Amino acid sequence: MEDKNNIALSVRDLKTFFYTNNRCNKAVNGVSFDVEKGKTLCIVGESGCGKSVTAATIMQLLPTLSRIEEGEIKFQKDDKIINIEKLEKNGKEMREIRGSDIAMIFQDPMTALNPVYTVGFQISENLKYHTNLNKKEIREKCISLLNDMGIPLPEKRVDEYPHSYSGGMRQRAMIAMAMACNPKILIADEPTTALDVTIQAQIFELMDKLKKENDTAIILITHDMGVVAELADNVAVMYMGNIVEAGTADDVLRRPTHPYTKALLESVPVLGRGKNQDINPIKGSTPDPYNRPIGCQFAPRCNWQTESCDVMPEITQINETHQVRCHKYEQFFEKYK
Amino acid sequence: MKKEILKLRGVKVHFPVQAGVFNRVVGHVLAVDGVDLDIFRGEVLGLAGESGCGKTTLGKAILRLVEPTDGEVKYISLDDNETELTSLEKKEMDPFRKKLQIVFQDPHSSLNPSFTIFGSLQDPLKKFGIKSKEERRKIIGDLLEAVNMRREYMDRYPHEFSGGQRQRIGIVRALCLEPELIVCDEAVSALDVSIQAQVLKLLMQLKKEKNLTYLFITHDLSVTEYLCDRIAVMYLGRIVELCDSEDLYNNTLHPYSEALISAIPVADLDKQTKRIVLEGDVPSPVNPPKGCPFHPRCPKATDICKTEVPTLKKYSTNGNEHYASCHLIDLPEIS
Repeated sequence: MEDKNNIALSVRDLKTFFYTNNRCNKAVNGVSFDVEKGKTLCIVGESGCGKSVTAATIMQLLPTLSRIEEGEIKFQKDDKIINIEKLEKNGKEMREIRGSDIAMIFQDPMTALNPVYTVGFQISENLKYHTNLNKKEIREKCISLLNDMGIPLPEKRVDEYPHSYSGGMRQRAMIAMAMACNPKILIADEPTTALDVTIQAQIFELMDKLKKENDTAIILITHDMGVVAELADNVAVMYMGNIVEAGTADDVLRRPTHPYTKALLESVPVLGRGKNQDINPIKGSTPDPYNRPIGCQFAPRCNWQTESCDVMPEITQINETHQVRCHKYEQFFEKYK
Repeated sequence: MKKEILKLRGVKVHFPVQAGVFNRVVGHVLAVDGVDLDIFRGEVLGLAGESGCGKTTLGKAILRLVEPTDGEVKYISLDDNETELTSLEKKEMDPFRKKLQIVFQDPHSSLNPSFTIFGSLQDPLKKFGIKSKEERRKIIGDLLEAVNMRREYMDRYPHEFSGGQRQRIGIVRALCLEPELIVCDEAVSALDVSIQAQVLKLLMQLKKEKNLTYLFITHDLSVTEYLCDRIAVMYLGRIVELCDSEDLYNNTLHPYSEALISAIPVADLDKQTKRIVLEGDVPSPVNPPKGCPFHPRCPKATDICKTEVPTLKKYSTNGNEHYASCHLIDLPEIS
C-alpha cells in the first residue's frame, strides 16, 4: 500500500462520545483514515454527521462532556510516532503539538478572533510559544505572513483590531495564524462557509499554494460537494459518525459506491447543466442521534434497504484506495457502472 | 404574451448612517441604488449577488417591509389595473399584502416559539376575514398536506420541527392567503443539501399547482440556474446583468457575472474550469467607487470605467433580451 513515511496522521477506529442528561451521543463511532503529506483530505457530510467532532478530537479541543472512548490517533513528528489520544488534554506535549505541528482554521472568522487584541498580537502568540524568535523577529514574521496572505498594507494592518477587517480578511488572518509555525497538518473546519464565493475562491487559491510550497497535509471539512471536486485529493464521506465511503476524489466522485454518496451528489444542482437537470432529494431527514437506527445508519433513508441492513456493514476494500461501508455495494456498483 | 405583475422603476433604498452625540446623519448606505426591473406573471426571477449587494433589501422594499427612499413599485393586477405601492397609506396597502408574500431566510428565527404553528399561521387568515376557526384549521391543514407534512402538526410548537420542516411551515405561511408573488429570500440557504433539494422540488411543484410567480433571492448561482427563468445579478445596489438563465451561463456579458460563475465550485470532475480570482472585497456601499462600481476589482477595467457610470443597456444573445451594464461589451445595442 502507501509508503508509510508519507503519512502525516493516521486515525484508527476512533470513537468520541458525548454524555449529556444521562444519555450518550456516539458522535464519532469508529472512524479510520490516513492523511498524506502534501495532500488534501476532504471530510464531507451533512450537519451533525460528526465531521467537526473528528477535527476537534484530533486537536484535543473537545468539550468536557465528551471523551475519546477508543481508537488511536497517530501523528508522525519528525521520526517519532506520537499517540495523540494518550496525551493529556492540556499537558505540555499536547500544547507543543497544538498550534505548531497541527493547526486549525475555524468556521466562523467573526467569532474565532478575539476582538480586544490586535490581529498582530493574536498571530504572534503562536510564534512566542512555539519558536525562539525575539520580539522584533516575531513582528517581522507577522507582517510577512499577512503579506503572504494578500492583505494590503500589512505593516499598518498588523496593529489593527479584528473589527476593521472584512470577513475574507479575517479568515486570511486566521490562516496566517494557523500557518505561523509551518504546521505539518492544517485542519480547516468549513473555512469558507461564511464567505462569499469570490472570497472563497481567494482562500482556496491560498490553501492550494500553501499545500504546494510547504508540503502541508490539509484536512478540509466541508458539506459542499463542489468544494470537494475542486480541492480534494482524497475524500471521506461521513454519515452519523461513520465514514461510509472513502477513496481518492476520482473514486468517490466518478464511481460512488455508497447510496448516500450517490444521493448527495444527485441532490445538488450543478452549475452548467442547465434547467433540465434532475435533482433527487434524499427522503426523510437525518435521524435523532439519541435514537439511531440499529444497523446501517443510512438504511431508513436508503432506496436499497433490505433486511441485511439491520446489521452494521463492515468496511469493504474495493481497490487499493477505495473503501465502502455498505452491504449492497456490489449490486449498487453494477447498476451505475 | 408575457404580462408584468410588478414594475420597478428607479427603486432606491438608502439607510442613514448616524454618528456622534446627536446622532447626526453623516452619510447613507446606498443599499439599493436605482433598480429598474419587470417581473412577469408565472416566471421565476432569480436575484443573485454577494452578501451586502442589496438583494434582500430590494426584496423587502417590494413588499414595503423597508420603505424605498425613492422610485416606484407598480403592481399590475390580472385585469391590468396599475397601482403604485410606495405611495399608499399603510391601510391601503393591506389588499396587496395578500398578493405579495415572502419566505424568510432563517427558518429558526422566523417562527414565534411561544405559539403553536396554527397559532402563528391563523393571524393573517383572521385579518383577511376568515371568521370561523374550523375553516382556518381546514385551510392550514390542507396546505400542510400540500407541503408533505401531517395535518396534526399544526398543534405543535416550532421547536418540535427540523430546519427543513420549519422552512416548509414558512412556505405554508406565505401560501395561506393565496398570493400571486412570493419573494423567497435565501429560502434554502440555511438547509442541508439533502433537505435543500426537497424544498426546491416542493417550490417548483407548488408553482405549477398554484400558478405562482417567484422572486428567488439567493447567493448560490447553481440553484438559480436550476430554478429560474431569468436571473438578475446585483452588485453594490445595482443590477449589472439581467437575462435568461441559460444565457447567463453560456453568453455571459458582464465581467462580474463571469467571475462569480467561475468562482463557484462545481461538483463534477469533468467540468472544472479556471477560477477567475477577484482582488479584494466588495467596496463599502456607504462610499461606492466613482465610475463603474465594479472597476477596482475588474480584471478588464479601462480608463472609462473609472470615470463614467455604465447604464443598463439592452443587447441580444441567442435571440433573447439580455441587459448588462458595462462599457466594454462589443455587441450592438438594441433600443
